[in-house]
Amino acid sequence: MSRVTSAFVAALITLILGGFLLGLSLTSEGINLVVGPSTPGKITFLFVGVAIVFVLQYFREHVGRFTTHMRSDQRMELPSFLRSSQQQRIWTMFVIIGLLLFPFLSSRGAVDIATLTLIYVMLGLGLNVVVGLAGLLDLGYVGFYAVGAYTYALLNMYFGVSFWVALPIAGGLAALFGFLLGFPVLRLRGDYLAIVTLGFGEIIRILLNNWTDLTGGPNGIARIPKPTLFGLEFSRRPSEEGATTFHEFFGISYSSEYKVIFLYLMALLLVLLTVYVIRRLIRMPIGRAWEALREDEIACRALGLNPTMIKLGAFTIGASFAGFAGSFFAARQGFISPESFTFIESAIILAIVVLGGMGSQLGVILAAIAMTVLPELAREFDEYRMLLFGLMMVLMMIWRPQGLLPMKRPHMELKRD
Amino acid sequence: MTKNLLTVKDLTMRFGGLLAVNGVNLEVGEKQIVSVIGPNGAGKTTVFNCVSGFYIPSSGSVMFQGKELRGKPGHLIAREGMVRTFQNVRLFKEMTVIENLLVAQHIHAEHNMLKGFFMTPGFKNREQELMDRAAHWLERVGLIEFANREAGNLAYGQQRRLEIARCMVTEPKLLMLDEPAAGLNPNETKALDELIVQLRDEQGISILLIEHDMGLVMGISDQIYVVNQGEPLAEGTPAEIQGNPEVIKAYLGEE
Repeated sequence: MSRVTSAFVAALITLILGGFLLGLSLTSEGINLVVGPSTPGKITFLFVGVAIVFVLQYFREHVGRFTTHMRSDQRMELPSFLRSSQQQRIWTMFVIIGLLLFPFLSSRGAVDIATLTLIYVMLGLGLNVVVGLAGLLDLGYVGFYAVGAYTYALLNMYFGVSFWVALPIAGGLAALFGFLLGFPVLRLRGDYLAIVTLGFGEIIRILLNNWTDLTGGPNGIARIPKPTLFGLEFSRRPSEEGATTFHEFFGISYSSEYKVIFLYLMALLLVLLTVYVIRRLIRMPIGRAWEALREDEIACRALGLNPTMIKLGAFTIGASFAGFAGSFFAARQGFISPESFTFIESAIILAIVVLGGMGSQLGVILAAIAMTVLPELAREFDEYRMLLFGLMMVLMMIWRPQGLLPMKRPHMELKRD
Repeated sequence: MTKNLLTVKDLTMRFGGLLAVNGVNLEVGEKQIVSVIGPNGAGKTTVFNCVSGFYIPSSGSVMFQGKELRGKPGHLIAREGMVRTFQNVRLFKEMTVIENLLVAQHIHAEHNMLKGFFMTPGFKNREQELMDRAAHWLERVGLIEFANREAGNLAYGQQRRLEIARCMVTEPKLLMLDEPAAGLNPNETKALDELIVQLRDEQGISILLIEHDMGLVMGISDQIYVVNQGEPLAEGTPAEIQGNPEVIKAYLGEE
């Protein structure tokens, strides 16, 4: 087929597909729905789209060459001033100080979004251990997130357990679930493992949805208390007799912003802890074993490493981070229902890991920010928001299939004399 | 008769209708170099896979240091002190040379995560020990100057030697080498020859070898087993094997 014909066919297909979506509109006349041509604006859009498809198809080879050219300089290096470890440390300090000061300098809405972002950062980092470091495709990660969230919500509802007590329990319980799930399924490989974990995530959600007596089913659990600062509450009035609130204790006037800032700082603390723990893990024997296992499982076995136990370690550790994130999520929202833990959440978290560049912590953090902040910024595009998001993903996969910042693992060095 | 390190009796491996290995016996004594030879497709590697736990043999017995190991998973067999290399080198290519040796010592590493998180002196010492042992073996196989290079970037012969070093850091009693000389040039083969003899004499380990390079096999083996089409054909010292008409027939075909 010549270039003109193929471009023409592509444009025609666009016209037919787009014609139904953009070219026609439904109007109601009385009780009938009438199909008619839509507004001239939309029709112009349609033809512009058709023209673009035609041109792109016509010049396809050039476009192809352009994208391969973009792909060829693959490694996006860290800027040179970040390479030496001492400078890295100084910059990290700056960033942390900046993040600590951030809530005091910006609007309440921004702090709120930042807190949400931090939750996703934590989820991304946790899943990164499983997918990026150990190389196990887990599509049901949100299941552990749900376990964490419901652990706090239920413990609080039935036993009045406070957030700080529930946090480690939630992490531990999510880890236990990870262990229990991992034990039978980790001998599966690749795709099979992905399907089983996908099923697991759904089972958790459906269980929560249907066990109405315990979890309230689709109605969810409301009025989950916010965390306290050493017993100081952030509400206007103490929830019970004898409790003190934050503003009373410090003798300042009440402001709802304190709570938002406190939640942000807590999330930041949890994220920093997560980053540190995973940073250490990578440099520990188990981190080396993960990498080795990802490269060659058979060689690992021949050297006496037990692949199942090592994978189980990754699965359990990853799940526990989801548990922490989940209980914090429950505390921040104050309300949870199975709706919050659908498959699409797993997909978003996975997208964060892939987008960030498997295994790279900084990449995952950047990707989590991009994935949560960009949709917020793009709110003005309302209905085209998801379209934009999809477009971004497609472009990303064409140009940087290896992610934003592919992992450059810290190598152990042999130092001599 | 000296006590045997490894005794394989009546080993049989069936893949569906295919009898890949039938009634093979092997005996490896302490500080011995034992070779298994045979034409291509004779089932040598299958024997290896059965002994090292990568296949579960259909029947037969694998006794190692007086313990029955048949049917045990590969990683447990490796921990007993029987470690193998692969026909097509299996290194962790994106890890550095020294890291390959660190991973191999995983079972000796400090697994207490809390110690790892807080980098206690105990943790650091243990890591240093692993590092020292790795460096020692790199020196032995002459790769010390490549310690911080990615393993995948080494030349083929170096990769072979690294794979042997990686086995040695696990402190095995029996080293199983699957065609270690394949793809090596004559000089490299000679160096390998010397290394294998050194390992036996200085480390006191035994070596079970699959090899096609007859010069290497005949030069260093204490005992040779010949396998043909999955069946044991002959066994004996190099001199006996060289004079065995059956073996010559299997290799060169009938006149």
